[in-house]
Amino acid sequence: MNETLTKEMGVIEEKHPMENILRMDRIPHIWCPTCGIGIAVTSFAIALEKSKIPLDQVCVVSGIGCSGRVAGYVKLDSFHSTHGRAIPFATGLKLGNPKLKTVVFSGDGDIIGIGGNHFIHSARRNMDMLVLCINNFIYAMTGGQLAATTPLTANTSTSPYGNYETPFNLPYLADSCGAVYVARWTVLHVRRLANSITEALNKKGFSFIEIICPCSTIYARRNRLGSGLDLMKFYHDNSIIKHGANTKELDIGFQQKIIVGKFVDRERPTFLESLNDWNRKVFGDKFKEYGGPDDGD
Amino acid sequence: MKADPKRVLTGEHYLDGDHACAEGALAAGCTFIAGYPITPSTEVVERISERIPTVGGIFIQMEDELASMAAVVGASWSGAKALTVTSGPGFSLMMENIGLACMLEAPCVIINVQRGGPSTGLPTLTGQADMMQVRWGSHGDYEIIALSPNSPQECFFFTIKAFNLSEKYRVPAFVMTDECVGHMTEKVIIPEADKIELFQRRYTKLPPEEYLPFKPGPNLVPEMVKAGDGYRIHATGLTHDEKGYPVMNWEAQEKLVRRLVEKIRKNADDIVEYEEEETDDAEIVLLSYGISSRVAIPAIQKARAEGIKVGVLRLIVVWPFPEKRVYELSKKIKAFVVPEINYGQIVLEVERSVHGECDAILVPHGGGWVHNPEDIYRGIKEAVK
Amino acid sequence: MTEIRISGFGGQGIIRCGYIIGKAASIYDGKSATLTQSFGPEARGSACSAQVVIEKDRVLYPYITVPNILVAMSQEAYTKFESNLEKNGILLIDQDLVKPEKRRDQIKFYSIPATRIAEEMGNKIIANIVMLGFFTAVTKVITKEAGRKAIFGSVPERYIELNLKAFDQGYEFGKKLLSESS
Repeated sequence: MNETLTKEMGVIEEKHPMENILRMDRIPHIWCPTCGIGIAVTSFAIALEKSKIPLDQVCVVSGIGCSGRVAGYVKLDSFHSTHGRAIPFATGLKLGNPKLKTVVFSGDGDIIGIGGNHFIHSARRNMDMLVLCINNFIYAMTGGQLAATTPLTANTSTSPYGNYETPFNLPYLADSCGAVYVARWTVLHVRRLANSITEALNKKGFSFIEIICPCSTIYARRNRLGSGLDLMKFYHDNSIIKHGANTKELDIGFQQKIIVGKFVDRERPTFLESLNDWNRKVFGDKFKEYGGPDDGD
Repeated sequence: MKADPKRVLTGEHYLDGDHACAEGALAAGCTFIAGYPITPSTEVVERISERIPTVGGIFIQMEDELASMAAVVGASWSGAKALTVTSGPGFSLMMENIGLACMLEAPCVIINVQRGGPSTGLPTLTGQADMMQVRWGSHGDYEIIALSPNSPQECFFFTIKAFNLSEKYRVPAFVMTDECVGHMTEKVIIPEADKIELFQRRYTKLPPEEYLPFKPGPNLVPEMVKAGDGYRIHATGLTHDEKGYPVMNWEAQEKLVRRLVEKIRKNADDIVEYEEEETDDAEIVLLSYGISSRVAIPAIQKARAEGIKVGVLRLIVVWPFPEKRVYELSKKIKAFVVPEINYGQIVLEVERSVHGECDAILVPHGGGWVHNPEDIYRGIKEAVK
Repeated sequence: MTEIRISGFGGQGIIRCGYIIGKAASIYDGKSATLTQSFGPEARGSACSAQVVIEKDRVLYPYITVPNILVAMSQEAYTKFESNLEKNGILLIDQDLVKPEKRRDQIKFYSIPATRIAEEMGNKIIANIVMLGFFTAVTKVITKEAGRKAIFGSVPERYIELNLKAFDQGYEFGKKLLSESS
């Protein structure tokens, strides 16, 4: 509705509640109807508002894939990098300017498949970033190929007779590599997910949230699981909230129960804290702490 | 802008080429260095990791070269002058995110201490066979800037030059050194900081609502912002418009790729740099770069002593290639003689540039050592025949 | 032009010795000197060699071709490199570590128990610097002042005194040897 018309009609122009955080000039997005990524973005938007972190300091980095498009829709400094490299790109952003809050928002194929090596090392270093990993169990953007997260027996276009490779248990992987915050939710758990993201945003170090997400066009269709709505119903009936669960026991079987919740929340010196503390110890006053490009002498 | 005296190790030093690169980077104001150990480049990051805590900046040893290069692009966008250092196998891995740096127009410097290849090749011995890879190694159409030093002293200055050119044109700039130069130790004079001129990145003065992150400014180079400045920009490796938003059609592709290429090609006169010597009445011109330009000198001297008129065109900047000057010279001379430690890379560019006006004679070397000046002398003799 | 090869096994400070010669010549004696090094992939024990080319003006070709001076601090290095020494060249050895075979007539030959001297001074690690002092006195390729100055910044600060002493011992040994033989 144009502005004059709106005024003439005496209608109060309604703002989209997420206008602050979304690039409205890029909506509609490319995601399929009943895709869950949009819900995850909404939870992220809610969490950002709640976290009170100044939005100008927040950077979102994505890799490639359906979830890799998130960076393009958030009205923040946002970078759509290369396949699997969102985590090292975010590492550079953070270390280039330690004042930034870096969030990696991408998919399972990107973060865990091709980018797995970066994932484990960043967790080990406790690099300051929040990694939000959409898990739809499949390479969706390229048409539905086998992923490192595809449950056993599930059908994909490159495992047309069913998957026989054991998938990763993502919370266990993150936990054993040293992540300080590990949680899993489905996109059905909008409010809990938003709370969890808020909590993780306010943590220092490497935080990881796995977000189970329906892919109706590819994953559900290939595996005859019905619509996106049917998958949400499945999450509703089969999710078990179990905070503090042993991460070893969080495997996801094909159409089996999904354990969700917050599994790890601990403190460990971050990469930058360790770097700065160690150098202060070694060099004393001679150590020149790097505070970012705008830090004068 | 002048260099910061606290970062410049003014004085006379006895340094190897790798260490001189490290000092050049620090003098240039580099504050972010990501790297993965690889012979024969490792000494660069070893020296940086030793010096950086008291100079200011961050060095991180990444898990691989894919990560190193990705981190460099990220750090560049948060406002740091960013560097990574590698050699052949690592260079191959970096290609992916070198393309990203080109697409995101992220100023950054990559030092490649070349060794013999292909594959693992000769880790501890020299080569110059990555000269086409640096130009064309990542997929798609793009331009870069590459310099090639022939001494530790030049390693110092060319690293600074690479930073300046990279910041000015917002492209990755490469220091294409090699194992011989990287591991040779010579006197390096580091001047006073106020004698070192640094190019300051052009940040926009426009308010966020008027700013377009990929709108060409002077010289076709967009003005930049840093992450965290409040502009809330979007940068993507997808083809994009001036706003930075993805656009999937040929018109957007044409506009973007054309500018990425032209910002270097149209400014080539400003970027190209070479040393020229006795070309006025030359019948032969020895065209070379890096270590080969140095071991060619005894050959040139010997040929001249015999009355052969040999001129010299020694490339400081190899990419963009000085095609105009090469063409001008080709009309007056019999041949270019091109010694390279590879089986014919830059000589192809010479052939292309002379448009059939004169010969281009390659003096190849497979790598592992530098040319014997005698071989280059024979190349000159062959050319006058 | 002078081409020098210092050789021994990894861990003896061979490269360091070459480094100090190059630094002395180029920074304190006003010449040009290029140091290159070659070593096997092993970190210790393998044959190791440092090459220095010294020129009045600029060094163009960075590698040595036929060295004028060979310093050998191990038998393996001696065996490997002796034949390449120029026919009127100078050969310096650590006499306890190298047993020279048939001697070529035109070669000037000097030996010193560098490692033993270093051990007597309390640390065999400075054998390379004893050799450096000896080299300086015998070959006169670098000046004594330049050699001593170049030690600063080239060895850990707390060992500078010891290294200077080692240099002087080697130098005096060489000087004495020269005066005896003349």
